[in-house]
Amino acid sequence: MEVLLDVLISRVNYWVYIVLMMIGLYGIIAKKNLVKKIIGMNILQTAVILFFISIGAKKNATIPIIEHGHDAAHTAVTATHYINPLPHVLMLTAIVVAVATLGVALTLVIKVHQQYHTLEENEILERIREA
Amino acid sequence: MIWQIELLILIIVIILAVGALAVKDLLSAAILFGAYSFMMCLLWAIMGAVDVAFTEASVGAGISTVLFVAAVFRTSRRTED
Repeated sequence: MEVLLDVLISRVNYWVYIVLMMIGLYGIIAKKNLVKKIIGMNILQTAVILFFISIGAKKNATIPIIEHGHDAAHTAVTATHYINPLPHVLMLTAIVVAVATLGVALTLVIKVHQQYHTLEENEILERIREA
Repeated sequence: MIWQIELLILIIVIILAVGALAVKDLLSAAILFGAYSFMMCLLWAIMGAVDVAFTEASVGAGISTVLFVAAVFRTSRRTED
């Protein structure tokens, strides 16, 4: 029991990542409304970003900025004192890509609404079948 | 990393994610999604990813919410699920 609790608490970020990813997947698959689907897609993307940031996080470490940068030649940089900045940089790109996909998706939603005057997937399919 | 605050924010994040998908009004869903993005931003500031945190605050919470609200006003607020 003690060990199980320890494992659960020390990896709580990863559990939340799994839960958020499943919430996003549920939103994409089960919701009929197109905007709700896009919100689900965004939740899934932020869940992946949470996973990557959790990989880089470290206890008793500071943000990856070197103190006294002007005389860094005299003091050695110990990597264990700093959080790994590589996942951060990758996830900056992922956030920008997420906003780009969001913009394109919402544009398509607006065009669909102009054509069919509804955002519900089943009503759109009905109107396609009628036409 | 303060684990109490982190745990609290993780719980709030899950609640906001479920709320954004469950609420029956698209404008409310957009606002809840903005709150979700801000909580994610706080989470990343706690985990030491400050660059990701302020990118998320400006781009994820700011521009995304504006885009959602603009799209909802150009289409309709009605949703059935």
